[in-house]
Amino acid sequence: MARSSFAYVTYIRTTAAQLWEALTTQEFIGKYWFGVTCETDWTVGSSWRLKLSDGRIADTGEVLEFEPPRRIVIKWQNEFRPELKAEGYALCTMELEPLEDAVKLTITHTIERADSKFIEAVSGGWPRILSNLKSLLETGRIALS
Amino acid sequence: MNDADLLFKALADPSRRKLLDLLYAEDARTLGALCDHLDMTRQAVTQHLAVLEAANLVATRRRGREKLHFLNPVPLQEIYERWIAKFEKPRLQALHDLRKRLEGKRHG
Repeated sequence: MARSSFAYVTYIRTTAAQLWEALTTQEFIGKYWFGVTCETDWTVGSSWRLKLSDGRIADTGEVLEFEPPRRIVIKWQNEFRPELKAEGYALCTMELEPLEDAVKLTITHTIERADSKFIEAVSGGWPRILSNLKSLLETGRIALS
Repeated sequence: MNDADLLFKALADPSRRKLLDLLYAEDARTLGALCDHLDMTRQAVTQHLAVLEAANLVATRRRGREKLHFLNPVPLQEIYERWIAKFEKPRLQALHDLRKRLEGKRHG
């Protein structure tokens, strides 16, 4: 089966509860995710969307799984680049795993097609977002604005 | 060893950098698929992958009986911010100031 995917991992010195809050509340998301607004009520089956700071809709989808404070699965489709939107839905999974003094955060994105442009595009964004999230939770400041 | 030590140690070996390049070219590979591209024993590749995993440069996921290896660029982003962006900034600022000064002169 043709498929494109990536798995990004970061270890953040924080608690699962705090990291969960950072992933699911707009107050936090706006700080480390380059000004995007995340619109959803985080109920399974609810719509989910990301709005850029200029008001354009970046991505839309649906909450497929929501298990605090361990796991979120989002059905995810790009909206503002036609060639990415044409690829259809990808699955984004966020998993939190508490370790001794840190939480392991794993983000995976998968789409059922080979050489996906969507996967290429999001894989460029995640390292910066995750690195910002880590700085924010560990030091209270972001590295990139 | 702290995180940064593990990271730089992992990057200090050419075979390990080659493994990262292989994963960059194509993610989600099994050990066997990686071994095909390297002139090393399976055991040596396993050891290199373990060092990369300890440094968090490689993430693994299980799919059925297979273990898939992914390039994890998040620590590289952290090196970039810690060791590169910081030194670039004053230089970019200097260029920016120079441009403003020159443009200011032209208009003045």
